[in-house]
Amino acid sequence: MAEETAAALKAKERADKKKKNPHVWPELPFKELMCAVVVMFVLIVWALLLDAPLGEIATPSRTENPAKAPWYFIGLQEILVYFDPWYSGVVLPSIIMIGLMAIPYLDTNPKGVGEYNFSARKFAMVNFLIGYFMWMFAIVVGQFMRGPSWLFFWPWEVWDDSGHHDEITLFNIDNKTSIIALAIYAIVGFALPKLLKMKWAKNLDWTRYTITISLLLLMYLVPVKVVLRQIFHVRYLIATPWINF
Amino acid sequence: MTLKEKIMASQIWKSIFRHDFEDTPSNRGKVIRSNVFLHLHPLRIPEHAMKIRFTWCMGGITFFAFLVECITGILLMFYYHPVIEYAYMDMKYLQFDVPFGQILRNVHRWGAHLMVFTVMLHMLRVFLTGSYKRPREFNWVIGVVLLTLTLLMSFTGYLLPWDQLAYWAITVGTNMGAATPFIGVEGPFAIVDKFNDVRFVLLGGTTVGANALLRFYVAHVIAIPAIVFVGCAIHFWRIRKDGGISRPL
Ligand code: HEM
Repeated sequence: MAEETAAALKAKERADKKKKNPHVWPELPFKELMCAVVVMFVLIVWALLLDAPLGEIATPSRTENPAKAPWYFIGLQEILVYFDPWYSGVVLPSIIMIGLMAIPYLDTNPKGVGEYNFSARKFAMVNFLIGYFMWMFAIVVGQFMRGPSWLFFWPWEVWDDSGHHDEITLFNIDNKTSIIALAIYAIVGFALPKLLKMKWAKNLDWTRYTITISLLLLMYLVPVKVVLRQIFHVRYLIATPWINF
Repeated sequence: MTLKEKIMASQIWKSIFRHDFEDTPSNRGKVIRSNVFLHLHPLRIPEHAMKIRFTWCMGGITFFAFLVECITGILLMFYYHPVIEYAYMDMKYLQFDVPFGQILRNVHRWGAHLMVFTVMLHMLRVFLTGSYKRPREFNWVIGVVLLTLTLLMSFTGYLLPWDQLAYWAITVGTNMGAATPFIGVEGPFAIVDKFNDVRFVLLGGTTVGANALLRFYVAHVIAIPAIVFVGCAIHFWRIRKDGGISRPL
């Protein structure tokens, strides 16, 4: 009798599991097919309504102004306003790619897998979303709000030189001040989460903590530099004959 | 016996389809198992994973866009010469002379934009569902590689029409190569000259020219797509090896 109920229970459990894990056929391939049909339909309508751009034939002697990168790289081009090419075009994108790859090894919080769970992983969510948003923001500004010589124009403005682009003189902060400021930025950045006893900081070992904070400080240096440049007209924090930052 | 029954009983049919199509649990398994493409799927998956509101179907759409690009790309290759004497003329030829040439080019161009856009959204979805966490860490890494390759694939294609937009966008882009620290001629601490730095490797020259067009063409039509294809194979295989699509504990 007891054996029978146990077997019946097992069978029921198995049946439940199967119900939660339904057959892939036919539902999933059908959904995929429908997705493909909708995407193909959208693409064809898009292609009927809008022609792929084709400018005049390439003429190396006639510079295009503005010469815009395709939209997915325009974020980096926009960052060129704030950093020299070695950083915005090479080092920063490399850090971004390596940083993205590092995420799974830095985030040890086991919660929120396979579900949209914001509250269980606030720290990861907030910082990733800010980074993602900055990327999109740079793309939108670069794509829609930059005109000749990369001057700022609202999307509804015509690209003329009607005078609201007064030449701004930029200045460099002297290196000593900057190094001290950057050191304070780094020290505060490293110490604050631990001092405030933030939960995520408590759960990270030192290696992961150091790498996480370093990457985040580098990420937030971008908006910091944007503010310094746009509001305080700072060109470089560090200026040397070899390298500027 | 009707004709249909005869055909379905024939040796030829049976050699191709090894099961009948009655909707039974066993056949549902066999359909998936006996088809190499459908076999990318497991036989059963959790209910939530089939919901479009969970995956947004974004990985799937990215892959579909890639396939569309492969097919339209191969068709375009019949009309395109990667040399500066012809490249631009071929675009005009496609637009004004080739039957359906304009729409072919349009689908290829907008499909590329779509793929970049959906891969970005796919990454966002994977992040939001925490799907990169153990044991899926490495598949996320492969994903980031695929993201980079997707961007490069689009970027190399951008030069091929050989118009002003393309020429100057690629000039701006590859000048970044020259700014690389140490191995770019204009970069900090340069230890190279302009004939052996990063930009030279990218362009096969110091400026965008015939060699650059050829390099970008080869990268665009074969080198990068081949790597993306292998990358996707690993990506999909890993989804299953890592325990299937992510689910709540
Ligand atoms: C060419 C580009 C890519 C293609 C074709 C692709 C395709 C797919 C597909 C079809 C899936 C199945 C579930 C779904 O559709 O969401 C998937 C899952 C996954 N992808 Fe991608 N992907 C690409 C790029 C990426 C990127 C950029 C990332 C992250 C940086 C990524 C990380 C993942 C991970 C971790 C999973 C497992 C998700 C889970 O278990 O819930 N993939 N991918």
